[in-house]
Amino acid sequence: MEFLNYAFMQRALLAAALVGVTAPAVGIYLVQRRQALMGDGIGHVAMTGVGLGFLLSTSPVWMATAVAVVGAVAMELIRWYGKTRGDIALAMLFYGGMAGGVMLINIAPGGSNANLSSYLFGSLSTVSDDDVTAICLLAAFVVLVTVGLRRQLFAVSQDEEFARVTGLPVRALNLLTAVTAAVTVTVAMRVVGLLLVSALMVVPVAAAQQLTRSFAATFAIAVAIGISVTLGGTVTSYYQDVPPGATIVLLTIGVFIVLTLLATPLARRRARASAARDAACTADVPGARGTADEVTV
Amino acid sequence: MADARTEPVISLRAVTAELGGRPVLRGIDLTVARGEVVALLGANGSGKSTAVRTVIGQVPVTGGAVEIFGTPRRRFRDWARVGYVPQRTTAAGGVPATVTEVVTSGRLSRARFGVLRKADRAAVTDALEQVGMADRAKDSVSALSGGQHQRVLIARALVSEPELLIMDEPMAGVDLASQEVLAATLRHQVEQGASVLLVLHELGPLEPLIDRAVVLRDGCVLHDGPPPKAVGQHALPGHDHVHPHDADAAPVRTGLLT
Repeated sequence: MEFLNYAFMQRALLAAALVGVTAPAVGIYLVQRRQALMGDGIGHVAMTGVGLGFLLSTSPVWMATAVAVVGAVAMELIRWYGKTRGDIALAMLFYGGMAGGVMLINIAPGGSNANLSSYLFGSLSTVSDDDVTAICLLAAFVVLVTVGLRRQLFAVSQDEEFARVTGLPVRALNLLTAVTAAVTVTVAMRVVGLLLVSALMVVPVAAAQQLTRSFAATFAIAVAIGISVTLGGTVTSYYQDVPPGATIVLLTIGVFIVLTLLATPLARRRARASAARDAACTADVPGARGTADEVTV
Repeated sequence: MADARTEPVISLRAVTAELGGRPVLRGIDLTVARGEVVALLGANGSGKSTAVRTVIGQVPVTGGAVEIFGTPRRRFRDWARVGYVPQRTTAAGGVPATVTEVVTSGRLSRARFGVLRKADRAAVTDALEQVGMADRAKDSVSALSGGQHQRVLIARALVSEPELLIMDEPMAGVDLASQEVLAATLRHQVEQGASVLLVLHELGPLEPLIDRAVVLRDGCVLHDGPPPKAVGQHALPGHDHVHPHDADAAPVRTGLLT
């Protein structure tokens, strides 16, 4: 555990753990509403923020946060109003954001695409004290929203139309989800990079749901996987001199594969159990069972 | 009692609405009085789902007035009094959720800040018992059949203990056993004094409960009165000639009918 003696490793581990918590915590709502790739889109848009940060010589983290939030809100607005060509509009936003970032950083005095690389793929060992402060504040916001409003966000993500009829402020909650996702992207930017952040939002959730039947358990296990892989990946990169961002993402995918293999017999057993129960409780209505009764897993 | 029955819980007056620039409702009048069970019938594309969706605010109206419990819809906030069962299309989200979790989300209109008290949990259990799904409370909704899933959605609507139930094709894609459970649940709700607006493709097993039928065609009201008899119903344009009274021959619906 000698790595704990280095200040840069302490900062790296703290930042990594916070990303391990926040990325799946937001990602679960994106996966639930089948917008798993939204994090990727926000990551593209955030590049313009990084470029702007260099151009104006301000903190790229805060600038990326601001631009990512604007981009996420724009995506949400496109989802409301531009139903027909929404995907085209989103594509333009994504690639416009990416091209904007490359352009701005090249215009910036002393800037080059080499600076961009640490934001694209993460640069955990260069996380500064200021970065850690920013990451802590942003992570606190993300946890507050995703845990504090979990029932409301669950309802809106599960069935937006129904949520409106329960009187929930659906639009405000959708915007809040978008903003929270944008904040998470910039939290994760220094750790795994803008191009890999979406993996940490989606894959731990996908891995967790191999084992679970409930949303609450999926949330808890996804966060546990998130922390394990971010810390594990950071420590591995210390000993093996491999890029931490890529290590973390590959570890996450490894966890997904292992859990999927473990879960296949489990799912089969559950399906059999529930099929047996169905047969027992409708046995008194002979001939009433149609094809719709068959259990699908 | 007579006075209470005449007070409308839903009132649509000369409502027009369009979807994608195409007029879907061309000025319909529709009222549901307190304690009344009204079926909204019509062929595919007649505007019956759109009419219901103007009531819940999912489709904006381009003209006319929509009132719920005497309040213009835009200013209506008391959503705990309304239980809504959407058409079963968004079967499950991308993340597993248990029956209890889904039904609990219907209670948020009463548990405003998402803090669940004992009474809220009791209401969830009670709603699940009403639709005969209490033994599946901890199961994932994705492991349920179409009929069981529909029962869960109805429990989700009942859990806020609403005075008004709005259901969009509750019998679509539902096996016969579940249809009977749903009819019994609805009967119980009506006995308790609930008002009901149902979108139906055919009257089917709910026929004895229905006080009045409103038939739409091309976004206009074609009939508003006693439920049409089987012959009249068969005469409706676009009727697909299934025989709801012949239980054994009742086809299993796909749930994709609009």
